Amino acid sequence: MTTNPALDAGWVDPPPRKGFFTDTSVCIGCKACEVACKEWNAVPDDGMNFLGSSYDNSGELGGSTWRHVKFIEQPPVDLGMPSTSLPGSEGTKSDFRWLMSSDVCKHCTHAACLDVCPTGALFRTEFGTVVVQEDVCNGCGYCVPACPFGVIDKRIGEGVKNEGLAQKCTLCYDRLHDGLTPACAKACPTESIQFGDLDELRERAALRVEQLHGAGVPQARLYGEDPDDGVGGLGAFFLLLDEPEVYGLPPDPVVTTRDLPQMWKRAGLAAATLLAGAIAVFGAGS
Amino acid sequence: MVPPAHFTSYYGRPVLKASPWTDDIPTYLFLGGLAAGSSLLAAGADLTGRPGMRRTGRLAALAALTGSFAALVHDLGRPARFYNMLRVAKPTSPMSVGTWVLSGYGPFAAVAAAGELPGFRWLRPLGRPSGVVAAAVAPAVASYTAVLLGDTATPAWHEAHRELPFLFVGSAAAAAAGLQLVLSPTSETGPAQRLAVAGAVLELAAEHRMERSMGIAADTLHEGRAGRWMRTARALTATGAVAGLGARRSRLLSSLAGAALLGGSLCTRFGVFEAGQESARDPRFTVVPQRERLAARG
Repeated sequence: MTTNPALDAGWVDPPPRKGFFTDTSVCIGCKACEVACKEWNAVPDDGMNFLGSSYDNSGELGGSTWRHVKFIEQPPVDLGMPSTSLPGSEGTKSDFRWLMSSDVCKHCTHAACLDVCPTGALFRTEFGTVVVQEDVCNGCGYCVPACPFGVIDKRIGEGVKNEGLAQKCTLCYDRLHDGLTPACAKACPTESIQFGDLDELRERAALRVEQLHGAGVPQARLYGEDPDDGVGGLGAFFLLLDEPEVYGLPPDPVVTTRDLPQMWKRAGLAAATLLAGAIAVFGAGS
Repeated sequence: MVPPAHFTSYYGRPVLKASPWTDDIPTYLFLGGLAAGSSLLAAGADLTGRPGMRRTGRLAALAALTGSFAALVHDLGRPARFYNMLRVAKPTSPMSVGTWVLSGYGPFAAVAAAGELPGFRWLRPLGRPSGVVAAAVAPAVASYTAVLLGDTATPAWHEAHRELPFLFVGSAAAAAAGLQLVLSPTSETGPAQRLAVAGAVLELAAEHRMERSMGIAADTLHEGRAGRWMRTARALTATGAVAGLGARRSRLLSSLAGAALLGGSLCTRFGVFEAGQESARDPRFTVVPQRERLAARG
């Protein structure tokens, strides 16, 4: 069992926590998730750019990019294992390997964006996800530097819907209300993006890692499944085939508000210093 | 300084997002500190019979407060919705706490200042009590902004969270006292002169200590635009502190010291702001310390 942040947020008898398990080992980089997300959520275009980074031209998650497929082309991994090709045969099976991964908001158990939001626009849903209320957000931008994954951003673009407001994946909050699967997971043809109850997804993910290790893929590892990590575990976690930073993910993310009590203490001490100093300079003669 | 460590990234792209904040925010950091320090000096001047300093302090606080408010609202994606800040009070959000601190400070600072203006002489009797309340809240105005920056994933801000409040209150004291050295009669500015020197010393000492406690993120304080701001800040603040020692002997020296301290404070705010932005844009400052943390944990 995992902690349910919906309970901590005050929901009475919430449904099971929902999330994504993205198994990058079966991602084929089709970008159906990116398209489905844009279509369902009416997310405006994020530019027709050529970025020169393999098949990735959407670049990064942002105000108008709520799903982002990453493409990494790597030289072959030499495991020092006996070759599978016949002696004397020419070449190996492949001269490089693809890593593809569909990135998304992590819907953290301890969500910094939500913690620092000064208007209450960001809130914890009954499904344990984190959503921006676009009619409340005033575009202060505090959530943007607070996110340890660089997910949420203010939407830019002259005259576009919700311009200047913080925007990100809602885990299709509207679809969840109707018992539907989020658009990206629904459109994923290989079930790389799996949606469901987080507890069940974690069990499934553990089995999948075991299976891959058995099949000779020792690099397979889970990312963000541990409820004891710096963000209390991710609502959207991943199976990766390399180190997190290869995919542009932080290797050891920590929710910044973990240090907030200490920060307030230091600020209080500094304020007291200023007050004492101001009193002292008037007490010290002409 | 740590030698450049090897690290991997996704096409060299940032892991984090730099804040979408513009120059409005470092400008506010400066003006907010100036307002807070000015209210403290104004209240002290009022209670010790220094009418020139009192007047300068109260009016400076009002002007800086007005500028702060304008900068903060202007930076919003939807300025017309600024009042949504007042929907909630969240201790986990330094910006929410700051909103309420400013809401508690602003009206009192404004009433105290209004009494100094020709059309509002009827508010004069409220000047002292309002000024004292404003001064009591002022230290929080000056220091909370350090938590505002520290409570982010931005490496150069978060890693500076221990010393940043001291840097910011030192900077606030130096700026407000500096303004007094420029504008108030030297016969009254003894306390301002002492606060100017003490604030400048605290600003320089806190910055020095901060750089040693924040790991590789400190590199951002030495490089590029942020490096230029910080070098200028140090030079101006040090000049202001030294000139401030002789400020009461010469009008010219007093003005010079005051101007240097104001400039130093402004540069410090822009330097710290820019360093944070740069530390978020370069994945090195995210990946390397986190890798080291993992390695240390084993």
